[in-house]
Amino acid sequence: MAASPGNLDVQDLHLQGLTKRFGDFVAVDNLDLTIPAGSFFALLGASGCGKTTTLRMVAGLEDPTEGTISLGDADITKLRAFERPVNTVFQSYALFPHLDIFENVAFGLRRRGIKDVQKQVEDMLELVELSTMARRKPSQLSGGQQQRVAVARALINHPGVLLLDEPLGALDLKLRRQMQIELKRIQDEVGTTFVHVTHDQEEAMTMADTVAVMNAGRIEQMGHPADIYELPRTVFVANFLGQSNLIAGKRTGVSGDDVVVEARGLTFLVPSDRCSCTTEDMIVGVRPEKLTILDKADEGQVPEGHNRVPGRVTDVSYTGVSTQYLVDTPWGQELGVFEQNVVVGDRCDVGDEVVLHWAPAHTFGLDGSAGATAGSELED
Amino acid sequence: MHWLRKNLLGIIAILVLVYLFIPIAVIMVLSFNKPQGKFNLSWNQFSTDAWTNLCGVPGVCSSFVKSIEIGIIATLIATALGTMVAFALVRYRFKGRSTTNLLIFMPMATPEVVMGASLLALFLNLRFPLGEVTVLIAHIMFIISFVVVTVKARLQGMDPRIEEAARDLYADPRAVFRYVTFPLVLPGILGAALLGFSLSFDDFIISYFNAGTLVTFPIYIWGAAQRGIPVQVNALATIVFLVALSIVLIGQFVSYRRRKSLESVPIIDDEALTSVDALSRS
Repeated sequence: MAASPGNLDVQDLHLQGLTKRFGDFVAVDNLDLTIPAGSFFALLGASGCGKTTTLRMVAGLEDPTEGTISLGDADITKLRAFERPVNTVFQSYALFPHLDIFENVAFGLRRRGIKDVQKQVEDMLELVELSTMARRKPSQLSGGQQQRVAVARALINHPGVLLLDEPLGALDLKLRRQMQIELKRIQDEVGTTFVHVTHDQEEAMTMADTVAVMNAGRIEQMGHPADIYELPRTVFVANFLGQSNLIAGKRTGVSGDDVVVEARGLTFLVPSDRCSCTTEDMIVGVRPEKLTILDKADEGQVPEGHNRVPGRVTDVSYTGVSTQYLVDTPWGQELGVFEQNVVVGDRCDVGDEVVLHWAPAHTFGLDGSAGATAGSELED
Repeated sequence: MHWLRKNLLGIIAILVLVYLFIPIAVIMVLSFNKPQGKFNLSWNQFSTDAWTNLCGVPGVCSSFVKSIEIGIIATLIATALGTMVAFALVRYRFKGRSTTNLLIFMPMATPEVVMGASLLALFLNLRFPLGEVTVLIAHIMFIISFVVVTVKARLQGMDPRIEEAARDLYADPRAVFRYVTFPLVLPGILGAALLGFSLSFDDFIISYFNAGTLVTFPIYIWGAAQRGIPVQVNALATIVFLVALSIVLIGQFVSYRRRKSLESVPIIDDEALTSVDALSRS
């Protein structure tokens, strides 16, 4: 690819004590965050969690109530939007409708007084594969093309950080998938730090190398997508990022490396290093695909030391790749189970008495003092 | 009978159009008349006298030019002021904003006689000499309302993110206005100016109250109607109509061309799907 802006002076973005209040409402609450240079970083959360406000403060479109924003060693908190080496891909793109694609992309260069923009704009249009569209107006492009113009228009300025505000929200599912791959390719090529705000957990997990889950103006958990998914540290994260089966119980002791939890007359083992709780009230969690479903009659096959829950199947949905079961526990809670359709036939039916079991290594323990439902109704 | 039922809508539409355009057609036709006597009311003889000698009757052309002059000055001032008012009302929160919003509609809602008469009373009380200045003041006053309403609508319909994008792309406030806001609002401003000019050119009642000895085109026609309107008035009226018509037609043509160019450029989807689709259909 001919066009590679190759940004060498990419620097870490630091947010320190960043707070934004609108009257009494705290949109962003004392946020401390370091986004490593060159990473693809996703801020994930439901609408109203403060992620867009955070992004707007970094862009300079919103003044923080407190705290600082710095790029490398330079404090940019007080710089106004047009003075910051930060560019944004806006939700629904906000292309200039009266300018053609070329002029849209050239806009930032021209405002900085750069006279000879031809070569740079052409290279950039090539990067986003829109070379033939230079003289069209934005309204003559499809959604996906407009999206790429918005990316090109921001990237041509070699920003220290590229901010993306729900950039794929306006596209249909198929195009969204395609643009996810496209954006990753562009990021690989230019090496700029991308900060991506989204409410779509799948989008965040596919694209980002670091995901921060935001809730009520705070970051609940941050890390590699797989780490967060496999080991959620709060009830909100467990429910918001994928699905979780959460069973409330009480911590009763320790057995070897495991914490012992009593819940509903059953005993569960949770590895101590997968347990993020200090209180007696605890929640035992496990992801639906980690569960194995067995007919009651085959209970003897459950491996020694596995956690187990008896139940009755209330719903079976066959989705091709997997089968999803809903299993009613004796205490009336429904647990979800995903089973890969590796073996043809021989599935459980509605009404079957079954046993669910899983390895303690797949269990996670959460602080149970706040209940087990946070984040579960917010699912996109 | 069946034929009538099938074409009834078309016939009514044509009748309505005829009804609308007959007076204009009469004016145009009579501009080529050579009237017998003072009144140009019935067809007598074909003549192009009025067209070749447009200013042949004293007062016609001077009043026509005066009306155009007043229209242009009033429109320029009112458009500038009205645009600023519209920006203030949409972009800023200040004390008395909603009151201003309401008051700005008043000149549109007030009957012209009332406005003309009250302005006259005001000028007389202030011992302000009636003439071109008082007519201008009156015209600017009512045009502003129309400008504010039109430009406000345009501004409110603008996605605020477009200006934010400009700020994000290194445009300082001045550059945001010059390269983004203004070009986007301009069609609204031009529309408002066009409307303002035609309202001013056309205005009789308010002008008549406040003109003193000044004679605008409508006032001239009013005066002439008592004695018999010269054929030149028909010719000038025809010109005004044709100018207005061509402005409308140009506007239509431009938007048609724009639509056409949008249609002719196929929106190429990112997937090859569309072309596959087209192939399978052909």
